[in-house]
Amino acid sequence: MKRLSGWSLIKIYTVLIYVWMFTPIVAVVLLSFNSQQFGSFPMEGLSFRWYVKLSQNASILDAFKNSLVLGSLTSIMTTAIAIPAAMAFVRYDFIGKEALNTLLLAPIMIPEVVLGVALLIFIRWLQQPKSFALLLIGHVVLTLPYVLLVVQARLVGIKRVYEEAAQTLGASPLQTFWAVTFPLLAPAIFAGMLFSFTISFDDVTATLFWATAQNQTVPVKIFGMLRDSISPEINALGAVMIFLTVSLPLAAGYISRRFARGSGA
Amino acid sequence: MLAPSLSAVFFLLVIPVCFVVVYSFWLRSPYGADIPAFQFGNYAKFFDDFFYPSLLIRTIRVALETVALCLVMGYIPAYFFYRTESRLKPFLMILIMLPFWISFIIRTLSWINILGDSGLINHLLMKGGFISAPLPMLYNEAAVLMGLLQYLLPFMILNIYVSLDGIDKSLTEAAKSLGCTEWQAFKEVTLPLSLPGVSAGCLLVFVLTCGTYLPPMILGGPGNDMIANLIFKRIVGTLDWPFGAALSTILLGLLGVIVYTYNRYLGINQIFKTLQ
Repeated sequence: MKRLSGWSLIKIYTVLIYVWMFTPIVAVVLLSFNSQQFGSFPMEGLSFRWYVKLSQNASILDAFKNSLVLGSLTSIMTTAIAIPAAMAFVRYDFIGKEALNTLLLAPIMIPEVVLGVALLIFIRWLQQPKSFALLLIGHVVLTLPYVLLVVQARLVGIKRVYEEAAQTLGASPLQTFWAVTFPLLAPAIFAGMLFSFTISFDDVTATLFWATAQNQTVPVKIFGMLRDSISPEINALGAVMIFLTVSLPLAAGYISRRFARGSGA
Repeated sequence: MLAPSLSAVFFLLVIPVCFVVVYSFWLRSPYGADIPAFQFGNYAKFFDDFFYPSLLIRTIRVALETVALCLVMGYIPAYFFYRTESRLKPFLMILIMLPFWISFIIRTLSWINILGDSGLINHLLMKGGFISAPLPMLYNEAAVLMGLLQYLLPFMILNIYVSLDGIDKSLTEAAKSLGCTEWQAFKEVTLPLSLPGVSAGCLLVFVLTCGTYLPPMILGGPGNDMIANLIFKRIVGTLDWPFGAALSTILLGLLGVIVYTYNRYLGINQIFKTLQ
């Protein structure tokens, strides 16, 4: 009986933590449908007026476009450079492997604010203006460690015998990679790309240093709008962001599980 | 094969960060480019006025508070995930990771809807007749902590959970068959074995808190700025680049010492393990 009550307390505590964590997020979504003039309680009626208003705001649409392009390019570039590195770390032995691996994961442990400052000062020293390219290279550095971790983890799980079999049958290392490793690695590559897309799409701490009025992402735009006060429009924009960046990975997880079941793997 | 990633990290991270250190010795010029120099003026400026070191001290204090609260709030849910046999477990695990997918700025500003003058809490209290005027709950350290905790708690929970998950459950059974109570088994077996995850979580939360400026900026008042806020204001606001670089160097140095010490005694790989 005593054990049972202890366990119930643990359960209740966990539920309370969930409530605490999600109430603010739910509030953003709820208030975005509030028909009232101000972005606050009480809720007076459901309406889509703030979403309509959003869709008519050219600068927000512009920021959305920037974010989408930036996120897509970031995910492609990051994954393209992370795959060969992951292959090298998992499949080959060389001097200084541990140290180099730690170096590539270092961006995780460097405060983002310092990352933002560093790249900005560097660009300034090179006498380059802030530009879209700065955002792109910044986001590649920002997301590289995460993609590397995801791809490496999966690669460790792919048995080497498949690759060895292909090579015994006369495939070159490159052929082996494309015909054997790549298809097996595809789910991790996909996950890595999604991961870097959402990180890029959501990032604000470092991005605020790199963005310009012409190259705003959605979070930077939200930051600018916040200066006045929290409007229902911000809640609506937040709700759109939440929907987008949450549903993407969930859908991807669902699809990849369907695939896994379909192929019997 | 390593060339693309290594050169990316080398040219876009290592060199720029080293350059920040170099830049911190330069002289500020009010007109045009700053002047390359080797002088300690920017650091002298930091230590001359107690205002600046006090920001650093506040940053460390707030980071320690965040770590402590994350531990208190995070250990039990992590333990719940470890012990539960509920079919809902995968769903609940995904739910705890959901905040990772929501933009930091949205999570931060969402607290305004809860704590603000016309936020949820004040609205409920006034409707219930408990208070007649809204309680001021925003723009203080508690509000900043709310934002920080919501950002960092999932990191703590996952770190602890990964560590707990690696513990062989038969160890607790063995302890109990030898006469331990549930609580004793937890205290003597499970808790010590989960410490690597606990310490990894603490380090991660500490480092991430020190490097953020958003919660103090959005949820804090004038007296809640942390060191990262000062960096942001100097670089983006007043364009005092050399001083901003010196501040960044100080922050980097502080965290470097902490991470180095941690790695020396405890090993840093636990953190990377969890992030997978």
